[in-house]
Amino acid sequence: MPERKREQKPAPKERVEEIAEVAAPAETEKAEKLKGDIDDLLDEIDSVLEDNAEDFVRNYVQKGGQ
Amino acid sequence: MAVPKICGIETEYGVALRGAPDPNPVLASSFLINGYVEQRRIGWDFDDESPGRDARGYARDGAQPPEIETHLVNAVLTNGARYYVDHAHPEYSTPECSNALELVVADKAGERVLARSMTAARHLLNAGQEIVVYKNNSDGKGNSYGCHENYLVDRTAPFAALVRNLIPWFVTRQVFTGAGKVGRENGADPVDFQISQRADFFEEEVGLETTLKRPIVNTRDEPHADPQKYRRLHVIVGDANLCEVATFLKVGTTAIVLAMIEDGFVDKDLTIMAPVPAMRTVSHDPTCQALVELTDGGHCTAVELQWEFLRLARKYADDVGLVACGGEALGGLVLDRWEATLAALERDPAILDGQLDWVTKYELLRAYVDRDDLRWDDPKLSLLDLQYHDVRPERSLYERLVRAGKIERMVTEAEVLAAMADPPETTRAYFRGTCLRRWPESVVAANWDSLILDVGSDPLRRIPMMEPTRGTKEHVDQLFAECALPADLVARLAS
Repeated sequence: MPERKREQKPAPKERVEEIAEVAAPAETEKAEKLKGDIDDLLDEIDSVLEDNAEDFVRNYVQKGGQ
Repeated sequence: MAVPKICGIETEYGVALRGAPDPNPVLASSFLINGYVEQRRIGWDFDDESPGRDARGYARDGAQPPEIETHLVNAVLTNGARYYVDHAHPEYSTPECSNALELVVADKAGERVLARSMTAARHLLNAGQEIVVYKNNSDGKGNSYGCHENYLVDRTAPFAALVRNLIPWFVTRQVFTGAGKVGRENGADPVDFQISQRADFFEEEVGLETTLKRPIVNTRDEPHADPQKYRRLHVIVGDANLCEVATFLKVGTTAIVLAMIEDGFVDKDLTIMAPVPAMRTVSHDPTCQALVELTDGGHCTAVELQWEFLRLARKYADDVGLVACGGEALGGLVLDRWEATLAALERDPAILDGQLDWVTKYELLRAYVDRDDLRWDDPKLSLLDLQYHDVRPERSLYERLVRAGKIERMVTEAEVLAAMADPPETTRAYFRGTCLRRWPESVVAANWDSLILDVGSDPLRRIPMMEPTRGTKEHVDQLFAECALPADLVARLAS
């Protein structure tokens, strides 16, 4: 039975909370920007997605291969 | 003893002919290849093909070796690759490479060849028709097509040792080789999203088949090289990857594991109790926490078993070295990336967004699930899954993510584009590709292990290439410089 290796132990809970508190405003800003980025990306992907997902997926049928 | 891990990848692409009343995938595939091949087509020489030969030394009753369809389109490219129609799919076999990074370039070049083929085939189609190609492994309806890896292996390595060690290897490496898939197929248990495109299709542990009752270890014994010295291990469990990091890891780690097996270095029994169901267990758990049972009675996760292989590989690198695995420097890169990947998979697989295909796809789909409040059986998610693999640059979601800077690249686009025409310099592919580039009119036929030249007088001359490590740029560039004509080459090789 292989032993479980843990490269990094999670930091003690108190310390995590403390950092989170101090960094809160910047973190929120960063998270919002990240969310904005993802929304932009999803919008961009929406613009190239094939029409009528259901039909499109249903019509994609392959002959089996290797 | 471990032999140099010469390696290659053969990919069957999914193909759709849109706008045709009765779309024929064989025809669509041949349009792609004919469209791409501008120069005179070089025929493929089937004399040495024997896919029914079994590595275990016998042919199993009822086993169905694939039929060779000689009448179909076959082309050999100046980069040393083979591009052909197989089982109603366009298939691209990379040239032989000598390390994982070289193979990342060659595999990516194959995607570019298919993309260009779609454009080139347009003039062969009726108005309103389009051929679209996908680099994936399943249509979501129970039909699968393969992405096979090939590795040069020492003939003296006992096949039983290969099988014993490779089964746990293949079951667990899915955690980084998987390309991700919505739902299940082939009678597997229902699941929202799974790690591998292929896992649901494996039904045997060992066997010769590739199209039905697929085995985890394929026993096809067709070395395309000196059969006294070598095997070619034909790996059929892998997914087609788009992420370069995933291809690099898949090939780099497997090469090291094979070298360890050849050198008898795997000193621990890592045998999984029921490997076929374990393939699905591992694939169906994107948290990577699922346990598999070992024959020693213990249970562990796929990642934990991978740590065992990595521990052995680190020791192997120290004791024996990684010369056979693409060199010490490259082997070291593989080990470091492998370790970082396992650590990330244990902490939170989402860290590997942009490195591994299954994680990248899963994160994209989860973002859609969150934004649009979708259920996992929503067709939109299946469409996103499929279109991630679209090879058309303007439609490929993977390429969108590359352009958005979300994907880590390991090679440059300039290297990839060059590899569409130029062969790798470190294997016999260099000899094959260079002959084709210099004397396209004189190469009558080519195969992995031979080349037939028309030197202008009877008979045709066959040049055997049974040693995959020979015919490199270093070996033959001087020779090519001194030969103006194919006849000169034949004369020099005969002397």
